[in-house]
Parts: sequence; C-alpha cells; structure tokens
Amino acid sequence: MAAKDTDTFTGNKGLRIEEPLIFEQHAPGRSGVDLPEPPAVQDRLGGLERRDVIGLPDLSEPQVMRHYTRLSQKNFAIDAGFYPLGSCTMKHNPRLNEKVARLPGLADVHPLQPASTVQGALRLIDTLAHWIKTLTGMPAVAMSPAAGAHGELCGLMTARAALEARGDARKRVLVPDSAHGTNPATAAICGYSVEAIPLNDRGRVDLAALRAALDEDVAAFMLTNPNTCGLFEDEILEQSQAVHDVGAFFYCDGANFNAIVGRVRPGDLGIDCMHLNLHKTFSTPHGGGGPGSGPVVLSEALASYAPLPWVVHGDDGYEVVEHEADASDAEPYGRMKAYHGQMGMFVRALAYMMSHGADGLKQVSSDAVLNANYLLARLSDELTLAYDGPCMHEVLFDDGFLKGTDVTTLDFAKAMIDEGFHPMTMYFPLVAHGALLMEPTETESRDNLEQYIDTVLDLARRAKAGDAQTFQDAPGYTPRRRLDETAAARCPILRWKPDSVSGEAAE
Amino acid sequence: MSDLKYSREHEWVRLDGDIATVGISQFAQEQLGDVVFVELPDLGKAVEQNGDAAVVESVKAASEVYAPVSGEVIEVNSKLEDDPELVNRAPTGDGWFIKIRLSDPSQLDGMMDEATYNEFVAS
Repeated sequence: MAAKDTDTFTGNKGLRIEEPLIFEQHAPGRSGVDLPEPPAVQDRLGGLERRDVIGLPDLSEPQVMRHYTRLSQKNFAIDAGFYPLGSCTMKHNPRLNEKVARLPGLADVHPLQPASTVQGALRLIDTLAHWIKTLTGMPAVAMSPAAGAHGELCGLMTARAALEARGDARKRVLVPDSAHGTNPATAAICGYSVEAIPLNDRGRVDLAALRAALDEDVAAFMLTNPNTCGLFEDEILEQSQAVHDVGAFFYCDGANFNAIVGRVRPGDLGIDCMHLNLHKTFSTPHGGGGPGSGPVVLSEALASYAPLPWVVHGDDGYEVVEHEADASDAEPYGRMKAYHGQMGMFVRALAYMMSHGADGLKQVSSDAVLNANYLLARLSDELTLAYDGPCMHEVLFDDGFLKGTDVTTLDFAKAMIDEGFHPMTMYFPLVAHGALLMEPTETESRDNLEQYIDTVLDLARRAKAGDAQTFQDAPGYTPRRRLDETAAARCPILRWKPDSVSGEAAE
Repeated sequence: MSDLKYSREHEWVRLDGDIATVGISQFAQEQLGDVVFVELPDLGKAVEQNGDAAVVESVKAASEVYAPVSGEVIEVNSKLEDDPELVNRAPTGDGWFIKIRLSDPSQLDGMMDEATYNEFVAS
C-alpha cells in the first residue's frame, strides 16, 4: 500500500518528504547527548541487570526533530484548512483562548493545592457553570465529565440514580435513528436494553412510534437536537410531555448545541439532562488537537444526584465538595473522574463565552445555521438532499445524485482530498443512503464556502459526466494513495518488528 | 425455488427438522461491503426472535445480526472467525452464522419466501 508512486530519485514529492519510521532510522551508536562513562561501581541488582538491548533507536537530535516535524506536516487540521466534517463542529479555535489558558495563574496550578490558594481557578469554574446554566436554562450542572460520551454516561447514570432512589429501576432506553452513535452505547453500558425509534418522512422522530414505545419500564428517551440529519426536532415539546407522562427522563445530546446557543434554552423544552461539548460549541480544540470536555446540565428532578465534585460558595470563599459526607442533602452517585474536570478547556470555553458575550453567542448560532443553509441552497443544484430543508448547522445529502455513475460516496470523499479539502462525514447517519453530512460552522468565510461549493459542484458534474475512473483512483496527490481498508482490517500490522534484532528488542 | 425463508432484517433461515441454520442475505452482504469481523454467540445461548444473535463488522459499519427465530444456539460457524470473507463469498452457503434449535416453529410462518423478499428489498 506504500508503493512508491513518484518518479523522483528520493521518493520525495517536492518538499513533502517521504519519512521512514523512526525505528528504521536507527544507526547503532548515534546519540544526541555526550555523557561521561558511568563510574565503575559494584552493582546491587543481584543478577537482574539488563542483558539484552532495549530496542530504542539510536538517533541524533536533528533527526528526531525533523522526524516529528515532518510527521506533524502530514496532519490536516482546522488551522490548515476547511474541515466540513458533519457532526463534529470543527470551528476555529480563537488564539485569545490559548493566550488566557497559558496565563501562569491558570496554567501552573495543581488540582491538589489547598482551595485557599486557587480561589481564582475555582471562581472560573463557578463562573463557567453560571454561563452554562444561564445559556441552557437549567438549574444545575456537573462539570467533571471529560468529553461528550462521558457526559452522556454521566447524564444517564444520574437518571438511573434518581430512578433507583425512588425504587423504580427500569429496563429500557429509547434512542431514535437520528441520534449520535454513542447514545445507544451509553444506554447499553448503563445496563439498559436499547430500542430504536424510527424517523418520519421529514427526518424527525416519529411521534406516534415514540408514544407507542413508551411505558413505565422506560428509563429515558435520548434525543439529539438538532438531530444528526441537521434538523430541529419541532415536536420536542410533545416528546417531552409523552416521556414525562410515563415517569421517564428526557436526555438530550447537546453535541449540536452550536446550532441553537443563544436562541433556544433546553430547560424550556422539558429536558432533564443534556451534555454540552465545550470542544464543539465553545471552540476548545479537539479532533487530535486537545481533549474534550462534556459538562452535563441537570433539571430540578436530577440535580441532587449529580456526581462529585462541585464548587460552592463557602464562608471563606470558594470551596470544593469532594465527599458525600460534605454534600448536605444531595445524594451524589459517586465521581466520574479524578479532580475537577478538564480545567484547561474550562478556561478556553469561558474565554470564548466572555469574549463573544451573550449577543455574540447568538450571532454564532445564527451564522452557523446560515452557512449550512447556504451550502444546502447552492449544492442542491447537483446533489440530492436526504430530507427537505431548511436545515440547522449541518446539511445532509444522500448518494442519490451518484446513482448510475459508478462513483460511491467514498470515492467522492477521496476526490475531495485531492482538491485540498477534508472530506465531509460519510455514511453517517445511517438513515441516509451513502450519506454526505457537511457542517461548515460559522467560522468559514464566504470565500471559503464558495470555493468549497464550486469544488463539490464540479466533482458532482464530473461524476455524472462519466468520469468514474478519476474518482476510483483518488486520492492521487496525497503522501499515500488509497489504502486497502479491507486488508488493513483483516490482516492489520499493528507494530514494527525488527528484521534481524533478536531478544527483547522485538517485545 | 430456494428453500430459504427471509426476515425483514435481512437474515435467512434454512430449516432441517427442528434445526434452523441462520445467515445474512445476499442483499445484506452487498450493502455491508467487505466483511472484516464476525462475533458469534456462545453455544447454548438462548436467543429470542428479533433479539441480538451475532455481530458482523464490515469496512463500512458494525451491525447486529438478529435471530429470526427463538431457540437455543447449538452450533456456530467458527470458520467465520478466521475467514470472515465467507460472508461475502457465500452468504447463503458456507457463510452461515449459527444453527438454532427452534422453540416455536410457527415463527417461520411470518417470514418471507425468496420471491417476496426480493420484492421487499427492491421496494
């Protein structure tokens, strides 16, 4: 699969260097440092001293430097170009956030410091919690979950704790076909059986099917809103009524909050718990660029079961409630995570919120939706919409426009790479055949959107004109051509093995 | 005319006495693409009609294989563990998944014959 497909002597393509694995660069005896011989002393290892080579490569410092720099240049990131991956909200990460996160008073504190020495950091968590509760219209928030799926787990465990506390353990969780894929996984890991709820022909939850599936054995309904078809669930009030009528809890996956922040408050929709992805909606880096952060907002009914820890206003400033004994009337079910949560992401998210202000955040969601609808309007000339618009922050096409062309969604995505774009999300959600899901976010300029749209339209026309071969051969300009995913999955080579070095080096 | 019965979830059943051999349809394997992994149930497991029976993973997706009929798993096709491609090559032959001892033969009555199934997938 790494067949050389260039005619240069080196195999390099211009200044894009063909970089061997670091182990293949091993040159015995080469070193980046010059240390004195160790003094001759009697060893006290009792015969346990190492006999074989460790197997780390011997390299010079510039070699190591170049190796990792070259690898980093093979990355594609939001800082390098347009990244329209639907469902992922790959928006620009403002540098102001990074500057604030690097302030020594925030970057150099440790979670085990006494509370009296980190009052500013605790105030930051408390202020962020206030913003989150205000934006969502919810009375409580658990700050510690580490990312979206962890937040889902937190939300569902909180609902389970509340149900069990009232002696009403239930067995089923309902998840629509348009939910994020992690939702059914979360329900299953919490010990519930998962039941899928179909969509109606408008790409929304089929309300009659939901009502039919609801009974007093249902613990929760897990909705994603806007859903993964990029559509707002306009019957959400009826859904929440139906869910509460049987005593179940209403979970909302807030991964798509970017589309509605500043416009809709989930608390007003009857939602009992919802995680936020600070790394999506509030711009903290993710997708290889940083960890997620998934605080979970909770309704009055669930607030007292929130996991530890949380920040409170004490007599001597801010304090952290770390133990159930200090939790007064609350009944936390435990902890989700060591320490307080993703502090570095809290700093960035709050910097984002405060620098935008309430009006700026409303503008964010408006522009995100406007951009997606601009794609919808122009791309509909050549592509086939999965469901009629208007859409929210992302737009979903199916592969109907490729029918009879011998070009698949995968081929189309590979051709996008040759054109210098990260592909859109492919084959998800499953409800659209050969799905192409695009999320431009609010941070792309009109110029970027035009170039992207013109590219997609051009490719669609080429596919329809019968140029399937170009697509099937794509990508042609990447460091590697198309990978054989089947062989990679069936016979994976998971690690490098030396050809001739024996012993432990190979372990 | 084939002796297979099909479910709406794209499984097929071939009956021999009270033993039902179960696999996925030609249409299902085409939709999945190259199969790279198959997870089979333990012998003796009791499966329920439309309940989870196995998992099939392709380069595109991981999907549940549902038991089209209730009963006890008495044999699994362990060849699939080393050679999952069998599902693509011979979905209704060597690529079978499990054999179930039926607990309720009348469940077969609700399944489609091949012609009806072909109409179902074409619609």
